Amino acid sequence: MSDPALVEIRDVSRRFIKHLDLAGKIAQRFGADVREETVHAVDQVSFSIDQGEVVGLVGESGCGKSTIGRMVAGILEPSEGTILYRGKQLTDMSPDEARHASLKVQMIFQDPFASLNPRMRVADIIGEAPRVHGVVQPAEFDGYVEEVLQNCGMDPSFKLRYPHQFSGGQRQRIGIARALAVKPDFIVCDESVAALDVSIQAQILNLFMDLRERFDLTYLFISHDLGVVEHLSDRVVIMYLGRVVESAPTETVFTQPVHPYTQALLREVPRLESRHADFQPITGEIPSPIDPPSGCHFHPRCPHAMERCRTEQPALREIAAGHLSACHLNESH
Amino acid sequence: MSETLRVEGLQTHFFTKRGTVKAVDGVSFSIDKGEVLGLVGESGSGKSVTGFSILGLVDPPGEVVGGRILFQGRDLVGLPDEEMRALRGARIAMIFQDPMMTLNPVLRIDTQMIEAIEAHEKITRESAYDRARAALVSVGIASPDERLRAYPHQFSGGMRQRVAIAIAMLNAPDLIIADEPTTALDVTIQAQILHEAQKLCRETGTALIWITHDLTVVAGLADSICVMYAGKDVEQGPIDAVLDQPLHPYTYGLIGSVPSRNSRGHRLYQIPGMTPSLIDLPPGCAFRARCARESDACLTEPPMREHVDGRWTRCFHPHVQTDEAPA
Repeated sequence: MSDPALVEIRDVSRRFIKHLDLAGKIAQRFGADVREETVHAVDQVSFSIDQGEVVGLVGESGCGKSTIGRMVAGILEPSEGTILYRGKQLTDMSPDEARHASLKVQMIFQDPFASLNPRMRVADIIGEAPRVHGVVQPAEFDGYVEEVLQNCGMDPSFKLRYPHQFSGGQRQRIGIARALAVKPDFIVCDESVAALDVSIQAQILNLFMDLRERFDLTYLFISHDLGVVEHLSDRVVIMYLGRVVESAPTETVFTQPVHPYTQALLREVPRLESRHADFQPITGEIPSPIDPPSGCHFHPRCPHAMERCRTEQPALREIAAGHLSACHLNESH
Repeated sequence: MSETLRVEGLQTHFFTKRGTVKAVDGVSFSIDKGEVLGLVGESGSGKSVTGFSILGLVDPPGEVVGGRILFQGRDLVGLPDEEMRALRGARIAMIFQDPMMTLNPVLRIDTQMIEAIEAHEKITRESAYDRARAALVSVGIASPDERLRAYPHQFSGGMRQRVAIAIAMLNAPDLIIADEPTTALDVTIQAQILHEAQKLCRETGTALIWITHDLTVVAGLADSICVMYAGKDVEQGPIDAVLDQPLHPYTYGLIGSVPSRNSRGHRLYQIPGMTPSLIDLPPGCAFRARCARESDACLTEPPMREHVDGRWTRCFHPHVQTDEAPA
């Protein structure tokens, strides 16, 4: 057998439960229609990411893509299921091993304004983690921070400044430098370019590509922007309301999508080449994850919905090598 | 076609303690009935302030200090407040990025919509209600009677933006200015909003100015495009011509920066540096410091010139017209 995948997610679910407060409990006692609300943010999701691969995780608001990112990055515990790093679960490792493994997974956030501590100098933002974890010797500390800054296209002299002295694009570079400073193998990028202007976004995307080549990085790239995902990813996973609906190599997803949701999503991506377009949107809103539709979550908006889709959840199955889709239509083919 | 709006040499400056910010410093364009103009630029390019200036919504320390805004032949600069108020919401409407800027959170939708109609004409409450209902239906809102009785917080983001569009349409305006109305929305919801906007222009002849940083949205929606940089219009023309053969190096770079089908595995074209501060812009072309084609000539301000039929740009060294598309 080949090496285990760098990260493997097995049947991972995550629920968020809003517990009743005292007033709610009393109201319930008196027969009012209040219940605990459960959001099934992620529902039985499995996929794996190989060494050196860039996986794009795509979906609209509330589909659970960020929740998965946080679970993979170790910020959030799954309610069910396991996440394996190089074939091993963190809980099966010795404390030392586990700490080392979680250090190898880092995250870059969406908002370059909220994700940096405004009271810390750049040198401390970048240098704190490597110092604490012994990635760098105290004597080499200054040089190390400068080197990391340079790797991210920043002037080393910026290290004494505070975050508010930088523009959005530069702050995002600081966020990237902070993630890189502990020498990770794997980086979770959660909408990391969504807040940036087009010309700055291009600079950051290029930086991601350069860093990948230089440090042999693996990315989970979470985005709602299909253009960005198509540009950067080797493989794309598409989610809808907490479930994976389709997953395939990038080329396949964009040329031969099989799931009706993927098809609709791709049709509606605005592109430079499509001029004077006739917008023919799929109707309906994204349903609330508190009360998702029965059967296939997409059936109320799906043009091909059948009776079966209302009652039975379609399984995610391989329809061609490396191409998975969860749709009842696949069986009739 | 008849001209709905002509902006000539608009200048809107903000007089702050740190200096004068020339947010808009010489922008000209015109838009015909039923036309969609894409006003494109990055943060701080002055595209939103241009929109606010047209509606007379620039507050101190900002001021329109130069130029003319001709709406159906009438200059809106210096128009008395009352006359401007009669136009605003009736003949010219605006859709904001955040629909909660349009909607009052403590009033029901019907109250807000009927108020918008009654502000501009004498009308019975019943017919105002009917018109509000019809407007909601036309933007694709199901069960309008129920929705009219709801409060804004009961709507999703996409629904709120639809309501904002419905309110903008209420008085059948001649011009709608839409400031990044789909930026915060999901792709499928964005497509629905674009569909409504397109239908509106085709069916009613309303002229639409779509302000955005997203070239791909403009590509599908607009008839013509005006690209802004550091408070100035740097390139204008029909959408196909500009996107296929951009003249200005900034437009060229911007198009190359958009990740697309063909860019996979390649580096994106990248414009070096960042947008300059609008306080104390150096003389000459504002894009000079980031431009690959820059020369000594660029130390003086390049004028807006027509290069080919209907293609205007503010550059001494425009990209020559060749058959190859930008990479």
